[in-house]
Amino acid sequence: MSSIPLDYEAVRLIWWALLGILLIGFAIMGGRDLGIGTLLPFVARTDEERRILLNLAGPTWEGNQVWLILGGAAIFAAFPPLYAVSFSGFYVAMIAILLALILRPVGFKYRSKLADPRWRATWDWALFIGGFVPSLVFGVAVGNLFLGAPFRLDDTLRTTYEGNFFLLLTPFALLAGLVSLAMLVTQGATVIAARTEGEMAERARNYGRWAALATIVLFALGGVFALYVLNGYRVTSVQDVFGPSNPLNKTVVFEAGAWRANYGLFPWMFAIPLLSIVGSFIAWWGLGARARLAPILGSSVAIFGIITTAGLTLFPFLLPSSVDPNVSLTLWDSSSSHLTLFTMLVATVFFLPIILLYTAWVFRVMRGPVTAESVDNNPNAY
Amino acid sequence: MVDPLVVDLSRIQFAATAMYHFLFVPLTIGLSFIMAIMESVYVMTGRQVWRKATIFWGTLFGINFAMGVATGIVMEFQFGMNWSYYSHYVGDVFGAPLAMEGLMAFFLEATLIGLFFFGWDRLKPVTHLIVTWAVAFGANFSALWILVANGWMQNPVGARFNPDTMRMEITNFMEVVFNSVAQAKFVHTVSAGYVCGAVFVLGVSAFYLLRGRHIELAKRSIVVAASFGLASALSVVVLGDESGYVATEHQKMKIAAMEAMYHTEPAPAGLTLFAIPGADGRPEFEVKIPWVLGIITTRSFDRDLPGITELTEHAALRIANGIEAYKSLQAIKADPEDLVARAEFDKRQQDLGYALLVKKYRPDVENATGEEITQAALDTVPDVWPLFWSFRIMVACGLFFIGFFALWFYRSAVRKIEKPRWLLWVAVAALPLPWIAIELGWLVAEYGRQPWVVEGVLPTFYAASGLKVSDLVISLTFFVALYTALIVVELFLMVKTIKAGPSDRFSFGEPPPSAPVEPVTAVKAG
Repeated sequence: MSSIPLDYEAVRLIWWALLGILLIGFAIMGGRDLGIGTLLPFVARTDEERRILLNLAGPTWEGNQVWLILGGAAIFAAFPPLYAVSFSGFYVAMIAILLALILRPVGFKYRSKLADPRWRATWDWALFIGGFVPSLVFGVAVGNLFLGAPFRLDDTLRTTYEGNFFLLLTPFALLAGLVSLAMLVTQGATVIAARTEGEMAERARNYGRWAALATIVLFALGGVFALYVLNGYRVTSVQDVFGPSNPLNKTVVFEAGAWRANYGLFPWMFAIPLLSIVGSFIAWWGLGARARLAPILGSSVAIFGIITTAGLTLFPFLLPSSVDPNVSLTLWDSSSSHLTLFTMLVATVFFLPIILLYTAWVFRVMRGPVTAESVDNNPNAY
Repeated sequence: MVDPLVVDLSRIQFAATAMYHFLFVPLTIGLSFIMAIMESVYVMTGRQVWRKATIFWGTLFGINFAMGVATGIVMEFQFGMNWSYYSHYVGDVFGAPLAMEGLMAFFLEATLIGLFFFGWDRLKPVTHLIVTWAVAFGANFSALWILVANGWMQNPVGARFNPDTMRMEITNFMEVVFNSVAQAKFVHTVSAGYVCGAVFVLGVSAFYLLRGRHIELAKRSIVVAASFGLASALSVVVLGDESGYVATEHQKMKIAAMEAMYHTEPAPAGLTLFAIPGADGRPEFEVKIPWVLGIITTRSFDRDLPGITELTEHAALRIANGIEAYKSLQAIKADPEDLVARAEFDKRQQDLGYALLVKKYRPDVENATGEEITQAALDTVPDVWPLFWSFRIMVACGLFFIGFFALWFYRSAVRKIEKPRWLLWVAVAALPLPWIAIELGWLVAEYGRQPWVVEGVLPTFYAASGLKVSDLVISLTFFVALYTALIVVELFLMVKTIKAGPSDRFSFGEPPPSAPVEPVTAVKAG
């Protein structure tokens, strides 16, 4: 193992950050399309308007969704215990997300293949579900990371889960779900406002401003709730950051104010939630001022800030256990092996810039407003 | 232990979702290359009919691709959802190729697919052609990494068990990637996809010729499909044979079961053409071709092929050895500093998985009785007859494709494509065959691996999540209902698109444009 140039602690930390980057990438890129899906029935009233929205998202949404696919694969490859415990524990919630996500590729592709209004209306609602449900449930899942999940691990590291779907729906988790929904709706609205014209752009600005305000209020509320009302988790033993990935070798307590601990150690961390509020504010202001780029950037900064805040607050926890805190998963004891993390890091460092390059190129090629005329002239249009 | 009903339902759900998914993947793999070839001809010759063909097959590709993406999302997540102990136990090895697939292949394919559809009027022809080829290579690289992952489940090389983390960990990444089983399976699988694409294009084009419609496009499509299909059909069978050879090295039980070979045959073994099972499940009446099986599987005249009975006896020995490894593992858990136990464990760890087979009968594996060991050894035998027949039907389809494409290749070469009509009807009737062959091929590969989820390392029943039966009932019901509804819609749109034929508009029910419009005329999209 000495032949690996980065030590185990470093690659674990880097992969924890990379996981955050992938999730932020999905929320910024895929979030556009989820937001557009959620707004579809409200912002676009006529069939022509709906086609414009679908063709706005159409050329790039598939690539954007790969951030989620890669995020899922990265959890599997880099933090297998997190993948195993959370995906099986949140089983029914995952099924809800999957069923909703299944509707999207077919919704985009099939909706405009027939002119029948009932056919199109059915797919419009399918696309709405495909945007709304994942936006909400992803947030509920993140909210549950703060509360801890009722799982145990036996001495073979097999997980057993003692909750059910409805126990996930606590007030704080629902609040987190609404934060996620509001922030992704804002993201979708900023893109619609920038790339369409007339009444629809107006409606998008209106919804986007409300969503940006809601993001600020709900996120602030959630922050106060998490830091000052909820109990948090704290590792009380010394964790061997170079040690084997086995969550059974530490002790953890569940106590008041524990989610404030990192802010006490590193007061600069308060800058991140503030940044996200500034971002949402820029989105709110920019939409009102009819700016094109500023709202998209502001909303993206807000997404970066919100997800980073969650990650830093939970650090070093990935998923605490509410019924047996000692087996909580942390990034130091729930990662892949040193060799796997390093090999995958090399591959990511090589491929991620290439992905960003061709994605940027595709967005450049497809830039410009989407109009009824451009939709009508393309035989492949959605 | 996980409820056996939950294990069974989890297996049914995985099989169902994977088999649904693989209805769409091979056509994506095959059609993407055929489109790229057609567009290359367009760019080289500048003839519009080739662009029209690319756009037309591209429309069908798109309808199919959407289903592939929709059903593929589930594949990515259900390992963790339904197979959480598997995910923990082998995630260090198995997760990496899945992540590589996203990084290297699916990102490329999914990002550029939009430009394939929306970029015709925004890109120079050569640039668009590069996009189409990139999509095709993306689809194929996807298959490469997925089969590296799957190949590792068949032949788990480059990894060992770590007692401190209670899981398999990578020791050599290159061994995992260049796993001989994975490489043979990759070429076999993508070639099957090419055959699927070629049969599809040929069948639909033959339908047009029978109806006397779109003749220019259909004839050109048949020329491409026949030559591409012939090369691919040869590749499928040759690489299938290679798979057989490597499977003999690593999965002797699978070969024995596929052949319903209960006893070791003296070398070189004969290939059973067909057989009728007797009352005890063993073959009662067989028709055999002498020597052929031995030559295919061992590439020799003198190496024996072990039978099921002999392999079961061997499994019992490995279980006994695995139980010793399991005892050492318990000692290490009790005292991580116990170096003697660690040394003992290292000597026997390759058989640890065999000890886990006993978990079906008792949790305290170390106290297994001789009878339980015998029972666990018998569990290593997969269901013989489904494998036996699936394999034979698959091979028959493969051999048929070689003759089929050779004939069409010849007819294209002598420019006699439109006649005789019965041959066109054969091409239409052959449409379902690639899907039948491909699904049966996966059945042989995966059902033939049972009782293992990872051959010799992790039994399937031990790998499932401890979900409730109600969870599985909910998810299985929703998946089957939604997937079935979507397949009906997908087939409906496919048929509708094929009936409408290549045209300038693909939105059905809309009035045709008043003036004839070139499919992709100037759009000042700005």
